[in-house]
Amino acid sequence: MDLVVNIMLGIIVAATPLVFAAIGELVVEKSGVLNLGVEGMMIVGAIAGFSATIETGSFVIGILAAIVAGAAMAGLFALMTQALLANQVASGLALTLFGLGIAALWGQDYSGKSTGDFPRLHVPLLGDLPGLGKLLFSHDALVYASFALAAGVAWFFSRTRAGLIVRAIGENHDAAHAIGYPVALYRTLCLLFGGACAGLGGAYLSLVQTPLWVENMTAGRGWIALALVVFAAWKPWRAMLGAYLFGCITILQLHSQGFGVEIEPQLLAMLPYVATILVLVLISRDKTTANVKAPASLGKTFHASS
Amino acid sequence: MLRLETRKEPSRLMLYATPFVAVVLTMLAGVVLFAALGKDPAKAVWLIFFEPLTSLYSLSELIVKATPLVLIAVGLSLGFRAGIWNIGAEGQFTIGAAAGGAVALALYDVQGVWVLPAMCLAGTLGGMAWAAIPAFLRVRFNANEILVSLMLVYVAVLILGLLVHGPLRDPEGHNFPESRLFHDAATLPLLIEGTRAHVGALVALAVVAITWVLLQRHMIGFQIKVLGQAPHAASFAGFSRPRLVWFSFMVSGGLAGLAGLIEAAGPVGQLVPALPVGYGFTAIIVAFLGRLHPLGILLGGLLLALTYIGGEGAQIAMSLPSATTSVFQGMLLFFLLASDVLVNYNIRRVARGPAVAPVSEAEE
Repeated sequence: MDLVVNIMLGIIVAATPLVFAAIGELVVEKSGVLNLGVEGMMIVGAIAGFSATIETGSFVIGILAAIVAGAAMAGLFALMTQALLANQVASGLALTLFGLGIAALWGQDYSGKSTGDFPRLHVPLLGDLPGLGKLLFSHDALVYASFALAAGVAWFFSRTRAGLIVRAIGENHDAAHAIGYPVALYRTLCLLFGGACAGLGGAYLSLVQTPLWVENMTAGRGWIALALVVFAAWKPWRAMLGAYLFGCITILQLHSQGFGVEIEPQLLAMLPYVATILVLVLISRDKTTANVKAPASLGKTFHASS
Repeated sequence: MLRLETRKEPSRLMLYATPFVAVVLTMLAGVVLFAALGKDPAKAVWLIFFEPLTSLYSLSELIVKATPLVLIAVGLSLGFRAGIWNIGAEGQFTIGAAAGGAVALALYDVQGVWVLPAMCLAGTLGGMAWAAIPAFLRVRFNANEILVSLMLVYVAVLILGLLVHGPLRDPEGHNFPESRLFHDAATLPLLIEGTRAHVGALVALAVVAITWVLLQRHMIGFQIKVLGQAPHAASFAGFSRPRLVWFSFMVSGGLAGLAGLIEAAGPVGQLVPALPVGYGFTAIIVAFLGRLHPLGILLGGLLLALTYIGGEGAQIAMSLPSATTSVFQGMLLFFLLASDVLVNYNIRRVARGPAVAPVSEAEE
């Protein structure tokens, strides 16, 4: 029983950073922008959160710093793609390369330090239930926040006027512009939101998952988050489900040696990446539905005169 | 109030001038960065961009670093022109090195002039095989080639680790995860004695020349250009997109694999887990900096090689962190992409008023 509960807790911890990053990117892509810089925004969020926590001793300030840093990176991308109309794919790659570099530079003096354990919430009474209490009522606040984020985004797109406008801009930016919606403004706001989420996901890695700073610690999670958005067919709850599936795979990889399975560690480490590819293939296989689900203006540059 | 107006045709002047603008802006941003880090900015910029040009040894190192960058970037540029994004060159580089290196180790006792060509062939085929995965999944299953090729980078690096921990490990290496040093017959001959500059540089030059001719004179070069600039026209003309996906992945994968083998059989001389050092990603910057043109890529490759060598020099002389180089490279790509706006748009000053204001303005 304890083992099962521990495995479930491990899955939640592994999935939460992916939930943040994937939901953030989902909002960005819904508005018709493809930001391939998730990895860069996550790693900058990770070091910003970590260094701010070390310097101030406050996790709250650390998390705020990560959100601001992720949004600042996204702001750079918005400047490139919305104001200067640069190619989105290339700008996203630049954001990732730049983010990995700047985070490594920033993190020079922080390797080897630790922030200590991230506080967990403990709901009185309910949290003391055997098994279930630990599973449902004693996580850190960010786990609950990630659920709230998915619910909020789902509500935003299905129930609010602003959500409808964002969807319209993502489907056909020329038509949305003709009606009079400020396309670049909405997209910039979505990008900033996505960056903030990615930064938060990064901070979850460096503050909760492994309370340490390690260079390149995101290890491709930003790219996995991008794949999850495709897997989710741009639906928030499916993105959440996808993130938890990946959490399972990660934990499977960590625990399989404990179960006495004798496989080379490198082969196990390949699992999440191979699984991402398989998932992409399965989801994209049906060309017509895959193309219908993607926002029609995704990745296209918008310029009012054209 | 500034406003962008689409140019009728991209400005050729700006197309060739903006890379230089981007380099100058990167240096200026570097000055700010170093001042913020509390280092002497003038000295740092001098060490990174100019110092390496002052000695024969660092000039030869320039060639060593530029060779893989140019080889990979030329291949990538073909796909980028057509809007086909292979960003997993780092993985193809790694598998190419592993495949070619495995041939070198299998022929460890064999001397012969054909050993190196066999290794080059294996390296190229290795890279092509690795690139065939995203190409196949794109063409057959519509899977996003950006994500698949990138995921395969992580897998490739793990495969190299697996090989040097296991089957390719040096039997006399005290369990250290490294292969044997390649034999003389399996090591690239040097161009200049006393340096590390090797004949791989000539291969890179030949590839630049061949690609240039291909793009100018061959039908496939024309098809690639059309597919990138006018996808609808390309489909009306009956150019097959799957065929171009395969073509650009095979060329870029093969060249990346060859670059990997050249790195292993040249400056490194064996297979080590740390063989992939990011050339596959830096080559993306090289391709854009060179305007996806073979000659431009040659210059771009030399410039990025300069930042590597200068960056190392600055690290030692001024105790700068190693990440400085990648920050510089990232900034360079940003400034380049930002200055692209000058290529495609005219910037006009417009008076604020209802007659000329764009719709989004009128809404406010």
